[in-house]
Amino acid sequence: MKATAYDEMTTADGAVRPHYAAFAAWLASQPAETLARKREEADLVFHRLGITFAVYGEAEGTERLIPFDMIPRILPAAEWSQLAAGLRQRVRALNAFLGDIYHDQEILKAGHIPAMQVLQNVQYRPEMQGLDVPGGIYAHIAGVDLVRAGAGEFYVLEDNLRVPSGVSYMLEDRRMMMRLFPDLFARCRVAPVEHYPDTLQEVLRTVAPIGVSNPTVALLTPGHFNSAYFEHAFLAQQMGIELVEGQDLFVADEQVFMRTTQGPRQVDVIYRRLDDDFLDPLAFRQDSMLGVPGLLSVYRAGRVTLANAIGTGVADDKSIYPYVPEMVRFYLGEEPLLNNVPTYMLRKPDDLAYVLDHLPELVVKEVHGSGGYGMLVGPAATKQEIEDFRARVVAAPEKYIAQPTLSLSTCPIFVEQGIAPRHIDLRPFVLSGREIRIVPGGLTRVALREGSLVVNSSQGGGTKDTWVLED
Amino acid sequence: MLSRTADHLYWMARYTERAENLARMLDVTQRMSLLHAGSEGNESGWASALTIAGPEAPYRAKHGEVTPAGVMSWLCFDADNPSSIIGCLRSARENAHAVRGTLTSELWETINDTWLKVRDGDPAVLAGSGAGEFFDWVKFRSHLSRGVTIGTMLQDEALWFARLGTYLERADSTARILDVHSRRLLAGVSDVGGASDYYQWSALLRSVSAFEVYRRVYRDRITPLRVAELFILRADMPRSLHKCLNEVTELLDMVGNRHSGETARRAGILHASLHFGRIEDIFAGGLHAFLGDFVGRIYDLSDRIANDFLIPKH
Repeated sequence: MKATAYDEMTTADGAVRPHYAAFAAWLASQPAETLARKREEADLVFHRLGITFAVYGEAEGTERLIPFDMIPRILPAAEWSQLAAGLRQRVRALNAFLGDIYHDQEILKAGHIPAMQVLQNVQYRPEMQGLDVPGGIYAHIAGVDLVRAGAGEFYVLEDNLRVPSGVSYMLEDRRMMMRLFPDLFARCRVAPVEHYPDTLQEVLRTVAPIGVSNPTVALLTPGHFNSAYFEHAFLAQQMGIELVEGQDLFVADEQVFMRTTQGPRQVDVIYRRLDDDFLDPLAFRQDSMLGVPGLLSVYRAGRVTLANAIGTGVADDKSIYPYVPEMVRFYLGEEPLLNNVPTYMLRKPDDLAYVLDHLPELVVKEVHGSGGYGMLVGPAATKQEIEDFRARVVAAPEKYIAQPTLSLSTCPIFVEQGIAPRHIDLRPFVLSGREIRIVPGGLTRVALREGSLVVNSSQGGGTKDTWVLED
Repeated sequence: MLSRTADHLYWMARYTERAENLARMLDVTQRMSLLHAGSEGNESGWASALTIAGPEAPYRAKHGEVTPAGVMSWLCFDADNPSSIIGCLRSARENAHAVRGTLTSELWETINDTWLKVRDGDPAVLAGSGAGEFFDWVKFRSHLSRGVTIGTMLQDEALWFARLGTYLERADSTARILDVHSRRLLAGVSDVGGASDYYQWSALLRSVSAFEVYRRVYRDRITPLRVAELFILRADMPRSLHKCLNEVTELLDMVGNRHSGETARRAGILHASLHFGRIEDIFAGGLHAFLGDFVGRIYDLSDRIANDFLIPKH
């Protein structure tokens, strides 16, 4: 498997790829002590800034630094512009799909997707039926996970359309690289990413309810025990908007207000980093202490915009994923520019039989899982793990999908002894408002353990700065 | 500013100030008890400390008798007691953590560091002569927090609400310390004007860092009347009630909103009574009655501020 992995920096015969040439020359000229010192500096600064994430399942309040690696992941301009075109197309189709299934359901009537798969999905929200959202946009912020496989081609691994996170690391990684190696940015023409918060704010303002000319935008966080709280605080601060918790908001006269020291202030757009289930205890989970009672009714009256909209989870569900290329053809009349990973749906008896016979070769995922929890990576699993997983799959096959194990591309990282390749992925952030905006690159996550394919930060992944070179 | 943010800032400052005042109060209690070793005044000093610091029932349930060791452990390092020094420093840190983005990194680090040190500290060191050092440390950390607050924070609402918390807490605490100890000293001592009396009153002065101040201001022997005047009416004494109300009224002016007029008016009346009051009149009406009324009014102001600006406490 290792032999077939595509390396971002060097070709199979060891030559440096052209877009890495300037960086490689610079790297070769750096004394080892300098690099070691810079690594320490980076650790120190990240610690001091408190850029951490909370880890579920460990002692309460456990906070960890996300490891940062100093070797950038570089994409040439031409390759990026193809990816960006594919991302735009895909997110347009996904938004069209969401608009459709909450209105006329043409794609179901045309028989492209089994209606049951959509309408019985726990992520499908009947509350959204017939509701018009500003600009027809549901997923304002999408974090689409891409991987590059053996021959160098990209695949979409998943479309994160609920509350995708990680963009703060993209921004902090860039800031760190510029701080550590300013001379490097003089040598290489790297497309900037620092305008992401501005762009996001612009997008959020353009989707304000009709008739609101100067909207008040707020970021709704579950609070400081949430694993991504740092990012919520960071983005709110960067955009200069209030970071609110459910208890800061209340509903009165069909409006949402926040409690301020100067009295109630109306809120028009809520960038919510809280799952659907917790948004409104009157409509969804009654035990939610994090939401705002009555929020759904204001939303349905069109007096507040939620970004992302309620009910987007049905479109990034792993059981719907196999149909995304079909959505592109159906809504846009175009051929998909980005590949889907071939996917076995275990609710189908044929697929199930095949997968059970080939577990050691496949990746099996829970349909509703995320964050790298609840998945089996066949080639890396022990016999016992495979058998345990087999039992779970047999018990409830409809809860799982399976995919061939892709040999994710690698990129060199600094390790204890020099430099070694590790597997990576890429999460670009696609912003949809009046138009689609993508900051060049995205977040590159890296599996720090040798041979590991799991890049999630909760599972020991790290991050890298991602460069798109300008022509 | 969000009401919740202001609330956290206000309580962060209040708890920091409360921890400092507890340390000051316990310090004076210990000094006084050393003067009285073995006599009756000893126990009553520790009982007074308990009264000042909060409800007595939970202490009784855990320790029974009031003993110096019991009170010290309950009010310093008992994490089950939210009114202990460690409890206050934990609450200060929790409030700071919730609004970390609003604080300067220096301030957050200072408050967090204080908490980590006290959490990992060894209560055994407290026994005996270690206590004085611990109280000094708590005071020092509070000075540091305050200095970092003033030295690094933008002069906006965030700072104003934090300062409001500091001064309301200090007013409350100074009044309670003076009330409880003066009542005991004025009632119980046999040799008024004698040597023991002198040491008791000077210990009380030291609890608000005012021993030298007293000398400088009055250049005279220490009398209860003057001590009370210094605690209550001297606007140039940083921990006096008058000084605290100077700050509170000014801060209320700065943060005022459409609903807060009545709160400002009440603060103004209280301030005027200190600004124009005379200590002889206060003594004539009874010092205890005056301080009891004052503490009640501070409670009322706190409640009104919570309703006008912060998160109402029901």
